[in-house]
Amino acid sequence: MRAQFILGELLTGLRRNLSMTISVILVTFVSLTFVGAAGLLQTQIGMLKDEWYDKVEVSVFLCPVDSPSPTCAVGEATPEQMASIEGVLDTELGDEVEQVFFESKEDAFEVFSERYPDGYLGTPLTVDDMQASFRLKLANPEHYEIVNDVLTGRPGVELVEDQRRIFDSLFLMLNRASLLSAGLAGVMLLAAVLLITTTIRLSAFSRRRETGIMRLVGASNLFIQLPFLLEGAIAAVIGALLAIGGLWLGVKYLVTDWLSESLSWVAYVSGGDVLRLAPVLIAIAFLLAAISSFVTLNRYTRV
Amino acid sequence: MIRFENVTKVYARGARPALDDVSVEIERGEFVFLVGASGSGKSTCLHLILREERPTRGKVFVAGRDLSSLSSWKVPSLRRQIGVVFQDFRLLPNKTVFENVAFALQVIGKPRHTIAITVPEVLEMVGLGGKEKRRPHELSGGEQQRVAIARAFVNRPPILLADEPTGNLDPTTSLGIMRLLDRINRTGTTVVMATHDEEIVNQMRKRVIELSTGELVRDQSRGGYGAQGTVRPAPAAPAVAAPGHEPDDGTSPVVLDPPSAQAEVSAGTQER
Repeated sequence: MRAQFILGELLTGLRRNLSMTISVILVTFVSLTFVGAAGLLQTQIGMLKDEWYDKVEVSVFLCPVDSPSPTCAVGEATPEQMASIEGVLDTELGDEVEQVFFESKEDAFEVFSERYPDGYLGTPLTVDDMQASFRLKLANPEHYEIVNDVLTGRPGVELVEDQRRIFDSLFLMLNRASLLSAGLAGVMLLAAVLLITTTIRLSAFSRRRETGIMRLVGASNLFIQLPFLLEGAIAAVIGALLAIGGLWLGVKYLVTDWLSESLSWVAYVSGGDVLRLAPVLIAIAFLLAAISSFVTLNRYTRV
Repeated sequence: MIRFENVTKVYARGARPALDDVSVEIERGEFVFLVGASGSGKSTCLHLILREERPTRGKVFVAGRDLSSLSSWKVPSLRRQIGVVFQDFRLLPNKTVFENVAFALQVIGKPRHTIAITVPEVLEMVGLGGKEKRRPHELSGGEQQRVAIARAFVNRPPILLADEPTGNLDPTTSLGIMRLLDRINRTGTTVVMATHDEEIVNQMRKRVIELSTGELVRDQSRGGYGAQGTVRPAPAAPAVAAPGHEPDDGTSPVVLDPPSAQAEVSAGTQER
C-alpha cells in the first residue's frame, strides 16, 4: 500500500514537472560528464606515471656504432667503459642513484620491435641500430643536474637525458585539462543543486494542498517528503547514467578507436575505467539530490 | 482531553498577544463552541491544539500529551488523534469523494482492505452513500463539507476540530452539518468548533467559550452566542462541564438528532 502510494505520488510529480525534471536530468548529465572527464584524465595521468614516470627518470645513452658525439670517438661503448660508468654510479653517485637498470641493445631492439613490428617509418632496423643505456632512478629527482654533471662527457656516454622533463610538460597539460574540467564540473554542480532545489520547491508548491492535508491527518514527515526526495534523486541518477553513457562513448570513439590507433606507444583509459568511475558518479548524483532536497523540504514541508 | 494552562501566544515580538494568559479545560466527549470576533484568537487556539504553533508561555495538553515537550517526530501521531474540518473544505479536486476520504487513511499507511471497509461506512454515516465516484466540483457546498467531515472522522479520532465549518453554507445546509457534528459528538468524540454563526450557537445550547482580543471573556455551559445567563469568571479554573449534568436553564436545546441515528453510529464504531 505504502510503496504503491508513494510510487503513484512520485509519477504524478515527475509528470507534472516534466520540463523541470528534464532540465535537472540535463544539468546533472553535463556536470557529471565534466566530473567524469576530470576523473578519467587523472586516471590517464596515473597510468602514464605508472608506466614510466616512476621507473625512468634519467636515461644515460651509451655510444652506438656510429655516433658524431666527441665522447664516442672510439666507436661503440666498450664493456670496459660500461664497467667504469657502472663504477661511477655505484661510488660517486651512490647516494643520488637509487636504482640502475641496464638496457642492452638487444633489450632495446626487443622493446622496439614489439611496438613497431614493421620497422621505423618503413625501414627495417637491426639490433645494431639500437643503443644501450643505463636507466637511473634517482633518490631525489630534483638532483638531476648533479648526475648530469658527473656523467656527461665521460667516454662511452653519448647523452644524458632527464626524461621526467619531457613527461612533465605532458603531465602539466593533462593536469591543467583535468583542473579545468573539475572547475567546470564545480560550476555545473552548483547549477544542478540550485536547479534541483527549485524543482523540488515548485513540486512541493504545486502539491501543497495534498501535503497540507497529509500533515493534518498525521502522515509522517518521511512519508510526505519521500516522493519529493525520490523525484530529485531519480532525475539526478538518470542524469548520471547519461553522463556515464556519454563518457563511455567518448572514450570508445576518441580514445580506443582513434587516439590509440594513431599514437599506440602509451596505455590509454578504456571503457572499463569509465565503468569503475560509474558508481562514484551515481553516488555524487544521489548526494546532490539528497542534499538539495533536504535543504528545500525542511523549509517547505515542515510539520 | 484538551487543557490550556495560562497560555500566551505572541506571534511577532512586541505585538499584542494573540492569546493572553488563557486557561481552559475541555473534557472528553464535550461539544464546545469557540466564539469571538475575527482576530480574537480562535484560530490560534486551534493551531495550538494541532501543534502547528507552540505557545509563547504556558502549557497545552491534548489527549494526555504535553505539547510543549512533544518532539516534532511525534507530532504526526498526535494529529492522528485529531480530525480537522475547515470553512473552505480543502478537498482534493482531482480525486473522487471516495479517494478524498481514502487519502487520509492511505497517507498514514492503513492497509487497503481496511480502507475498503471503513470509507464506505463513514460515507454512509455522513449521508453520502452512493456518491463515492463524484468529484468535489460535482457536489453542493454542504455535500463537500460532509466529505471533509468524513475525511476528518474516518480514522475515528477522539477529537474533532472544526474551524467555521458552516461559514460558507446557507442556514438550512448548516443545520444539516450541525446535526452531523452532533452525531459525531454522541459517539464520544470531543468536538471543538470555532464559529461566527450566532443562530447555530443559540440553537445548540452547548458550552460556549468566548474570546476577545486574546482573552477568555466567557465560559458558559449551554450558552448562546451573545453573553447571557451565568457567566463564569474570565480566567476560570479548569471548567468541569459534563454535558447532561447541567441544570436546564429553561431554553431547551433543539433536538437535532433522532435517537436511532445515534444507535447506528455507535454500532458502526463497535464493529471496528
